[in-house]
Amino acid sequence: MQIQLMQVHTMHIPDGFINAPTSAVAVVIAVIGIAICLNGARKQLDEKTAPLAGLVAVFIFAMQMLNFPVALGTSGHLLGGALAVILIGPYAGALAVSVVILVQGLLFADGGLSAIGLNIINMGMVTAVVGWLVFRGLIKGIGVSRPKVMAAAFLAGLVTVPVSALAFVLEYAIGGTGTVPVSTVTFAMVGVHILIGIGEGLITALTVGAVFLARPDLVYGIHDRLPKKLLVTSTPVATPANGS
Amino acid sequence: MLVGAGMVICLFLAGFVSFYASSAPDGLEKVAEDQGLMTTAQDSANATLPTADYGIAGVGSERLSGGLAGVLGVLVMAVIGFGLFWFLGRSKKSATVEKGAD
Repeated sequence: MQIQLMQVHTMHIPDGFINAPTSAVAVVIAVIGIAICLNGARKQLDEKTAPLAGLVAVFIFAMQMLNFPVALGTSGHLLGGALAVILIGPYAGALAVSVVILVQGLLFADGGLSAIGLNIINMGMVTAVVGWLVFRGLIKGIGVSRPKVMAAAFLAGLVTVPVSALAFVLEYAIGGTGTVPVSTVTFAMVGVHILIGIGEGLITALTVGAVFLARPDLVYGIHDRLPKKLLVTSTPVATPANGS
Repeated sequence: MLVGAGMVICLFLAGFVSFYASSAPDGLEKVAEDQGLMTTAQDSANATLPTADYGIAGVGSERLSGGLAGVLGVLVMAVIGFGLFWFLGRSKKSATVEKGAD
């Protein structure tokens, strides 16, 4: 069976890697996940936050085209799950990445059609859950300021990539068509994806830092923890004149 | 404001910067190649699309082909992304105090 080496390299599972039954179950799980996200996002989004959610989806698509070199002949690109959940919340965030993967698979033949459920689980759902838990856990511990939010965003982004790689390993262990031992695949996958995770963390931190600078009130991951002074600066001048 | 600036950045990234992206195999591919897993990989059933692999079939210049595909992707994503999230958040006023700095 001959495969043409693809011009564009993206971290998507191609067809044939994981057997048909496992891939089919993954599609069912992905559909259930998307349904949950649609419901959650509908409750959370409003007229103010919806445009940012759309922009996040477009931005992740664009960033996923930009492979960066990590080490000796290997590249990686943003997965975007952590970035999405920090900016627009876990439901809308997972949904945004899922839409990206659907468009990539359906329009650009990036990632196998039969593997689309696997790719949505690994890059959309797993990264959203892990990214959200790590970011929120850190923010609760260290508090909210621009450097702290960027540090938490870096770590959240970093962690999501090797965990997403572990999700692939699990799928390979269940339904992989290859004959390579799972332990070998685990070591190889986690190692290189920790390196890619550093890039993910940097892009996540820089992007969240930029949005925090412009509109801290739009960063959903800190919406309930915004320092009062940040709220005041983005409100039209309504302070009592010459209060001091 | 934020959305307008963001879209310009996205079009620039996907339409222009993407040409300079690393063409080395990515993490999953590298592992698969090194470990001999690639033998079971197949081309996507969609591989014959004129837009497959982020190019536009028939456009000779690689830079132009990839750039156009990137712009197309950003526009398609914008229609679906803004449309979907607008639909989900429609006719709901902001839960927090309205901000004037838009």
